[in-house]
Amino acid sequence: MDWELKNMRPGFGEALVELGKKYPQVVALNADLSGSTTTAMFEKAYPERFFNVGIAEQNMMGISAGLAATGHIVFASTFAMFATGRAYDQIRQSIAYPKLNVKIVATHAGITVGGDGASHQMHEDLALMRVLPHMKVIAPADYMETKKAVLKVAETPGPCYIRTARTNTPMIYDEDYKFRIGKADIIKEGDDVTIIAMGLMVSKAIEAAEELKKEGISARVVNNSTIKPRDKNMIIDSARRTGAIVTVEEHNMIVGMGSAVAEVLADYEPVPQRRVGIPDVFGESGESEELMQAYGLTIENIIENAKIAIAMKR
Amino acid sequence: MPIERNDYTENLEGSLVELKEASTEARRWIVKMINAAGSGHPGGSLSSIDILMVLFTKVMKHDPADPTWPDRDRFVLSKGHASPALYTALAMNGYFDRTELLTLRKMGSRLQGHPSMNKTPGVDISTGSLGQGLSLAIGMALGGRLDRRDYRVYCIMGDGEIQEGQIWEAAMAASHYKIDSLCAILDRNQLQIDGPTEKIMSIEPIQPKFEAFGWHVININGHDHKDLLLAFKEAESIKGKPTLILANTVKGKGVSFMEGSLNFHGKAPNEEELEQALSELGGDV
Ligand SMILES: Cc1ncc(C[n+]2csc(CCOP(=O)(O)OP(=O)(O)O)c2C)c(N)n1
Ligand SMILES: [Mg+2]
Repeated sequence: MDWELKNMRPGFGEALVELGKKYPQVVALNADLSGSTTTAMFEKAYPERFFNVGIAEQNMMGISAGLAATGHIVFASTFAMFATGRAYDQIRQSIAYPKLNVKIVATHAGITVGGDGASHQMHEDLALMRVLPHMKVIAPADYMETKKAVLKVAETPGPCYIRTARTNTPMIYDEDYKFRIGKADIIKEGDDVTIIAMGLMVSKAIEAAEELKKEGISARVVNNSTIKPRDKNMIIDSARRTGAIVTVEEHNMIVGMGSAVAEVLADYEPVPQRRVGIPDVFGESGESEELMQAYGLTIENIIENAKIAIAMKR
Repeated sequence: MPIERNDYTENLEGSLVELKEASTEARRWIVKMINAAGSGHPGGSLSSIDILMVLFTKVMKHDPADPTWPDRDRFVLSKGHASPALYTALAMNGYFDRTELLTLRKMGSRLQGHPSMNKTPGVDISTGSLGQGLSLAIGMALGGRLDRRDYRVYCIMGDGEIQEGQIWEAAMAASHYKIDSLCAILDRNQLQIDGPTEKIMSIEPIQPKFEAFGWHVININGHDHKDLLLAFKEAESIKGKPTLILANTVKGKGVSFMEGSLNFHGKAPNEEELEQALSELGGDV
């Protein structure tokens, strides 16, 4: 399919500037990656409300918590690896536990980081954030959803984690899209199987459904951008309607979005589920597309797993 | 055959001629390999290459034919994004063929974007997340002490990198344990990604900070091979405390349009820029 490509990250930077204008309490922090994370836009517009703490992610999370404790709406940003990996304990103890109003917006998540290799390819951020009480976890599908999600979370008190990608990604949504925290977006209806995707895999899920249609298989396609709180109703409803589920994520298959879906199915509506995601291995250097191929993040793999899930129905 | 620690300050003039030529060739490889990769970090590679070449060709006790020799000196590239400089020093010292440098960052290559000890011969430890290398170096030095081996440990840090708190936890530990087999080198190129260190998050005064943490500090020009050789020699003679070589450098050193440039921290030169860089560097590869 011919997708219009656009980077998610400016969706964050632009939304942040809008928020800065609307709310004087909005502040932004960064750790020597203000260009890559696009928070430089906010720095330019509101220099007095921007803090670049240098290469010190743990300090950034602590300062963010302190700012939130004095009533500010805080956006802290760096690469997903250093936000959730390096500063996990600061996030847990100083942001999640006291339920402070810090929005962590991470960029460069996942294998599509490419050439930098395994040390920079964060496949476990959703897992780390998902297990924290009070934390909301969102993985937008494109530029537009990133923008809408950032605007939305600013109006919702409490800790929140949003992850975005490095690469340009297909545009799924336009201006009219309404993002709701905790509400998945049904992109396409179908009867035989539900493909529940997130992030830059949503476009691949849509393409897989098109291919399946040619073979007479009708697939429901869902963008499950809020990993937490889970959209239980969508998951149960999909299970009842289609009787088979495939989850698709650019994340370790352990404790990611697919696991979150599996937990709901196990508790309420057990049906066959197959998971497409990154196996439990570290990544490596390469081009984004090559790596997606090598690690099974492909349309073909989604199709294959959809067929297996259907075959597993009783 | 055990390798003896040699006195690399003996034939100084000869060494300097050799190093001058070798470091120019190394700079050519750095810009070529990053161009071929299409991404990577030229600025911090060019600022640290003189330090690396002096270490690997003159100072360190190591054996390319036996990269896991237990008595070898250890090396930690704490600022892992300068991997092109490390890979070049390794290739030019016989760990692998120079042409392999052009596979940097490509799928299946042994030369990952950031150093990986399980993939590249000669890489002693994996790095890439800033601020962690000095602790690794301390652990390696303590390991040598426990095993009664007399190897030394070298660790290159970035100046922006020392904003990480872990560096100071490690700085404290190194002097607490009186680790005199450890020599850290600070690549003081004045810049990090978003700007000059002093503008983003000031780290000065560096020398008194490390001295207060119990270190011996040697302040030198990090592109002067003689300065470097003498500083490493001095570090060997310091007993009971770790040494920091405060190496004053220029980011992007050797390529006019990369020198002091924020733009070339993490951007590959395109074909035109590569040609310009190679013509400035002179020499031939
Ligand atoms: C923990 C961590 N945070 C952020 C980064 C991203 N990053 C890569 S290089 C760099 C700047 C490094 O500056 P400096 O230490 O001065 O290195 P140099 O100037 O020698 O390139 C940053 C922030 C990282 N690799 N690790
Ligand atoms: Mg620097």
